Amino acid sequence: MTRLFLVALLCLGLTGPARAGLNVFATLPEWGALARVIGGDAVTVFVATHARQDPHHIEARPSLIARARQADLVVANGAELEIGWLPAVLSAAGNRAIQPGLPGYFEAAAQVTLLEVPARVDRADGDVHPAGNPHIGLDPRLLLTVGAALQARMAALDPAQAAVYDANWSAFRTRWQAAIDRWQARAAPLRGRAIVVHHTAYPYFTHWLGLTRAGTLEPKPGVAPGSAHLAALRDALAGQRVLAIVRPPYAPEGPGQWLAGQSGIPLLRLPIRVEASADEAGLTAWFDGMIDALLATQR
Amino acid sequence: MVFTHFRRAPLALALSLVAFPALAASDAELDELRAQVRALRDSYEARLAELESRLARQATPAPAAVAAPAPVADGPRGFNPEVSLTLQGQYRRMKDIDERHISGFAALAEHDDEHDHGGERGFSLDHTELVLAANIDSHYRGLVNFGIIDGEVEVEEAWFQTTGMGHGLTLRGGRFLSSIGYLNAQHAHAWDFADAPLMYTALFGEHGNYGNDGLQLKWVLPTDLFAEVGVEIGRGAKFPGTDRDVNGIGSSAIFAHLGGDVGTSHSWRAGLSYLNARAADRHSHFEDVGGEEVTGDFTGRSRTWIADAVWKWAPDGNAGVRALTLQAEFFQRREDGDLSCEGEAGSACATAVDSDYRTRQRGWYAQAVYKFHPQWRVGLRHDRLDPGTRDYGDNNANIARENHSPKRNSVMVDWSPSEFSRLRLQLARDQSMAGETDNQLWLQYVMSLGAHGAHRF
Repeated sequence: MTRLFLVALLCLGLTGPARAGLNVFATLPEWGALARVIGGDAVTVFVATHARQDPHHIEARPSLIARARQADLVVANGAELEIGWLPAVLSAAGNRAIQPGLPGYFEAAAQVTLLEVPARVDRADGDVHPAGNPHIGLDPRLLLTVGAALQARMAALDPAQAAVYDANWSAFRTRWQAAIDRWQARAAPLRGRAIVVHHTAYPYFTHWLGLTRAGTLEPKPGVAPGSAHLAALRDALAGQRVLAIVRPPYAPEGPGQWLAGQSGIPLLRLPIRVEASADEAGLTAWFDGMIDALLATQR
Repeated sequence: MVFTHFRRAPLALALSLVAFPALAASDAELDELRAQVRALRDSYEARLAELESRLARQATPAPAAVAAPAPVADGPRGFNPEVSLTLQGQYRRMKDIDERHISGFAALAEHDDEHDHGGERGFSLDHTELVLAANIDSHYRGLVNFGIIDGEVEVEEAWFQTTGMGHGLTLRGGRFLSSIGYLNAQHAHAWDFADAPLMYTALFGEHGNYGNDGLQLKWVLPTDLFAEVGVEIGRGAKFPGTDRDVNGIGSSAIFAHLGGDVGTSHSWRAGLSYLNARAADRHSHFEDVGGEEVTGDFTGRSRTWIADAVWKWAPDGNAGVRALTLQAEFFQRREDGDLSCEGEAGSACATAVDSDYRTRQRGWYAQAVYKFHPQWRVGLRHDRLDPGTRDYGDNNANIARENHSPKRNSVMVDWSPSEFSRLRLQLARDQSMAGETDNQLWLQYVMSLGAHGAHRF
């Protein structure tokens, strides 16, 4: 009986689902979208998280270990955004190819210069990331830098498809650059305006569009907003012209609603990652949606 | 993009080179310089155009090589090794009971296991845990976990693990917490309650988990449904086995886990494990038929099955604000061998009596932990054990067999202002000893410093 079970298990293991091309495990939907843009039909992409999840509270779930076990390439955000779960998944998956330091492990944040690198690393300052702010996907120009490096990595891992990856990437690069120009033109009236953020997730976005940050609902990164801090923030904002209070979809609505009610500043839900679908359409809709929402507050 | 950089860089360089002498130069000289720069630019552009067309014609990954940035360091840039320290302590209010035990379940006699783990009343410091971990090289990762308390450093774990075997295989060697059951591999600071379930205390003693010195091989199957099987062999020195000073294998275990997601809001894991340990002269206290304390030395085999299941829910997969965890484990243990009963003059075993020993026991716990606020959780747990059948052969006439089903209900609430600190209040109604109802209260703190811990499922 036991022997039969083991034989059945072995058969199941050896005849696992066959997939064509590179098998990509992306931690965030924007990196999954880039892998899909580059790989097209030649790759299989699994996206581990979505925009409505707090990236700091993901667990090393069995389903993630099972997918990482089969991956040829892990596309991670890096800068410690996945520190709570990705090392545990990589250690449990028994997959040599995707270990840090090997070509099968790619970090987006390692390709760009990070903002808000803390001068001191102290947990008394909240959940700070020593390497810098990890939410780089919110600057569409950085997607070009990351995408170029990712395309090179995918080509190196799968030389047979390198020409396809290059062609896909070149075509996307042109379209994306045009989209960036369009967004910048539309967002021109936002330049110099201030926003209040729930979590310090938007520095790359404000940096790109020339917005400024008037305050944060969280007293410290990752620390839930308390009433004393919110009241102080309300007083500090009095008399300032603030465009909007923005919160990521996963953050509780309450604190932002309270401040919006007290100050009359509109509360916006701005996803800090691709929400609709992890592909080019989703990427485009993401930035369109954020700029639309901010422009709408001006009318 | 890269090519536009190439195109502008030499131009800028040329212009900056010519800028200073040009200040004093005549119009004729300036025109000449402009012509030279134009010629330079034209030749570069022609060369670049040729390069680009050559690249486009090639089917090899040459463009990748050109576009690739300088080698970058992917991966955490934290300290090496990662260091973390966990501070734990408590205030505990409970009855003053001499020689606490779980009725009907053999446990190591106290003087064999000197220190009390969180068994004290009033204020006490629990183990302070120091963990060092790092990749050893490109093949291995290593971890050591020290439990430190008053003049004693206990090596709770010290192992290396392969990172490079591939094919879903991972080999671990050294001292480690066994992967049997669900809770066993978790250290006390990761528990959802201040103490281990009764089942774990009954199975593995006061520590509440089973550690072993040996080897573990795990294999994750290449399927979308998480499936993992593993086997462990080792010294088997810990209860329910004993250190037997032999060349062979002291204890062995096998386990299988399945897991996955259901929609975006639910995830689960279920497992089945088997532990086979051997004991020689395992020293336990019993009560004789007259109520006197006698000691029984067990020599034989102890075989345990554990079934475990965990179901987690978080609205839309976002556990940041609200989440529910349901968890239950069940065990069945069979012990077969010989018992040698000894006691003081006047007890039933005043002259040593040897007999057969055969027990069939089981138990379970179920718990629910609900996170209702980013910083607050509440939990409920029910423990129940069945002392089952205990056949001591000739010693049936000497050793009392209490017919009490130990049970305990616990409720806790904890507050975690950040991921690194937790304060907990726990109330329990403990009826694990026959004739005793102990209403307990705990105030506990768990604080962690240093490297960010893993969010294990």
